Amino acid sequence: MSTYEKYYVPEQSRFPIYAATSLFILVMGAASTINALGQPDSMAKYILYAGLASFGATLFFWFRKVVQEHLAGLDSAQLNQSFVYGMAWFIFSEVMFFAAFFGALFYVRTFSVPWLGGEGEKGLANMLWENFQSTWPLLTTPDLGAAYTVPEKSMSFPGWDKILTWLPLWNTIVLLSSSVTVHMAHINLKAANKNKFNIWLGVTVSLAIFFVFLQALEYYEAYEHYGLTLNSGIYGSTFFMLTGFHGFHVMMGGLMLSVMLIRSVFYNHFKPDPHEHFGFEAASWYWHFVDVVWVMLFMFVYIL
Amino acid sequence: MSAVIESHDDHHHGPAKGLTRWLFTTNHKDIGTLYLWFSFAMFLIGGAMALVIRAELFQPGMQIVEPEFYNQMLTLHGLIMVFGAVMPAFVGLANWLVPMMVGAPDMALPRMNNLSFWILPFAFLMMLSSLFMEGGAPNFGWTFYAPLSTTYAPPSVTFFIFSVHILGASSIMGAINVIVTIMNMRAPGMTLMKMPLFVWSWLITAYLLIAVMPVLAGAVTMMLMDIHFGTSFFNAAGGGDPVLFQHIFWFFGHPEVYIMILPAFGIVSHIISTFSRKELFGYSSMVWAMVSIAILSFVVWAHHMFTVGMPLAAELFFMWATMLIAVPTGVKVFNWVATMFRGSITYETPMLFAIAFVVLFTIGGFSGLMLAITPADFQYHDTYFVVAHFHYVLVPGAIFSIMAAVYYWLPKWCGNMYDERLGRLHFWLSFIGVNVTFFPQHFIGLAGMPRRIPDYALQFADWNMVSTVGAFLFGASQILFLFIVVRTVMGGKKATPEVWEGAQGLEWTVDSPPPYHTFSTPPEVK
Repeated sequence: MSTYEKYYVPEQSRFPIYAATSLFILVMGAASTINALGQPDSMAKYILYAGLASFGATLFFWFRKVVQEHLAGLDSAQLNQSFVYGMAWFIFSEVMFFAAFFGALFYVRTFSVPWLGGEGEKGLANMLWENFQSTWPLLTTPDLGAAYTVPEKSMSFPGWDKILTWLPLWNTIVLLSSSVTVHMAHINLKAANKNKFNIWLGVTVSLAIFFVFLQALEYYEAYEHYGLTLNSGIYGSTFFMLTGFHGFHVMMGGLMLSVMLIRSVFYNHFKPDPHEHFGFEAASWYWHFVDVVWVMLFMFVYIL
Repeated sequence: MSAVIESHDDHHHGPAKGLTRWLFTTNHKDIGTLYLWFSFAMFLIGGAMALVIRAELFQPGMQIVEPEFYNQMLTLHGLIMVFGAVMPAFVGLANWLVPMMVGAPDMALPRMNNLSFWILPFAFLMMLSSLFMEGGAPNFGWTFYAPLSTTYAPPSVTFFIFSVHILGASSIMGAINVIVTIMNMRAPGMTLMKMPLFVWSWLITAYLLIAVMPVLAGAVTMMLMDIHFGTSFFNAAGGGDPVLFQHIFWFFGHPEVYIMILPAFGIVSHIISTFSRKELFGYSSMVWAMVSIAILSFVVWAHHMFTVGMPLAAELFFMWATMLIAVPTGVKVFNWVATMFRGSITYETPMLFAIAFVVLFTIGGFSGLMLAITPADFQYHDTYFVVAHFHYVLVPGAIFSIMAAVYYWLPKWCGNMYDERLGRLHFWLSFIGVNVTFFPQHFIGLAGMPRRIPDYALQFADWNMVSTVGAFLFGASQILFLFIVVRTVMGGKKATPEVWEGAQGLEWTVDSPPPYHTFSTPPEVK
């Protein structure tokens, strides 16, 4: 309930229509490019690039405008509160996006793979491929047709003797540390230690980049050494889609934190008052969210 | 509820001139108007497709279109009506009404609000352009079940997938905006349990939208990966399951059904109370009923899939959970009737639509209860009985409530009264048209006519002919609706601020039409 004296309503703005138009170019380009996969001379990818560039530029100028308005004192405490609620609900929508993929993982592990292997109430499905046996991680496919690449090993816990060379463990350590460092940055910001804030935030961004590097290394290993690909049946599908979307979100979160770092170091933005650093705080919330998703992934994709 | 409102004459700007007013606007009334006109255009396009379907079904045998084109019409009709007509109409109403009802100057995030709208025309341009692509438009039904939508889909499915992605982005942004407006912009004194029911209904709807639109995005992403990048989510040969698609889809789809009806509950509660000249009976039970319906909507999804081969425990759980929804829904119907009981009722057009809503929505609800009974559903599944059921809750349900809302608030929006005689004529034509169209579909469905086919056995001929006649009557009467609305916007008898005798709420305390920015300082609610 508001107890504010005056409302803030922004003037007319060109950003929304530019954003909608460039988003349209982006998705038309993406769909055309995907439909033209395998036709190297297709021009569709240039539509995609144009869409990406224009959408990125629109977002850049839009966010810049919001920051400028804030610095000019045009917004109110109430608008700031709207941003707080808005970010929280946006993160909730992201949680539900991951829920779809985790739901798919739980469904195939609990129901469809056992049923195909002849176990459980609908084990009748085994008549489709009678030699198929249910295991998880599933390193084979019910239909061993040429369409599938059969992996040699999974990405799961390899046993205590090999634990130090197991990349997901290092990924977990890196990402959990980064959640601590971003929190340290926040504490120092509130205590008006701007230098320490910059250092902790810089460490966080470095850890984000290191995480993405390790993840890329893991994908390289999976494709080159283990033979695990998107084409490896449902295990490869769930593995790459869950870790892939998580990795994409790490990149987005890392980008947000980098922008905050640049704003802080080069433009001296952010002050201890919570209303003067919500941009950073929103990015840090997002970062903690990405971290929690990873903990879930580590448990349900890699360990259990 | 009473309010003190300051004068606005000193406020800094009114609407800009020309086309840029609409392109660059940040005003909730402009954006609400855009949403409503867009939704009406989509309603006519989707309706024209329905008439293609009904024309083909006028007589048995293939008459007018190819089966392939019939499937495309059927798919696009569903997608357009759900995502292009009903949902944007409710978002348009929310844009117009929520800020006025809670005493705010505008939506909380006005620029994002405009982005939410402008994504829609592009998304539907993309979806409709697939009609002209090689292989034609999507032809797998609005539920796009795998593998029809993956292995056997036309190439345009990629465009459909991205179109759904940006529609989802639009809905999520719109829903965040509504929630933040309601949480953060209410006038002093307006506690949650003093909020108008339309605001309550939208708060719950927005929560459902944010919870399930990302799940739909996940489903279409898995489709995209299965089609183009070799994954096996919906392919048993790789260890996945086509039924997994149905589970994910309906986890989105069932809350989606309530997204399309909860705002209607809010609208009808306002209208019945006004024209009965009584306080709404059981306000807090109305709120709790909507909350219960929203919570239950997450645990009933598999009642759409009883015949797909689920374990018995699942069949039973989803049957009982579904039947449980009848309890809060019954509370609402009881409260509407109790509100009318011994009221001084007058039958203006909005009230006619609202009463028809209560009666016909209840019929749709009862056929839903029949479908919820698992063993009975094995008979009804994928017959015209299902078509009759969901059209009863969507057309004389959601669509009638939208029309009721337009007649009820149009004088407030444009400052002119509509022509009451024409309004009633439109109601009666629509009411007769809708029942002649959909009631016979119960009969042919129970007799065994399957849905989604362009041809049928001879014994279904008579009722199909009746249904087609009704569909054309209903379709034609919407041209009258367009005429009435345009004429009212152009001119007519001036409306008073209160418009209706006994109407309650902040929106009736300001002029008709209201100032461009309704409340520049918060009104006080007691």
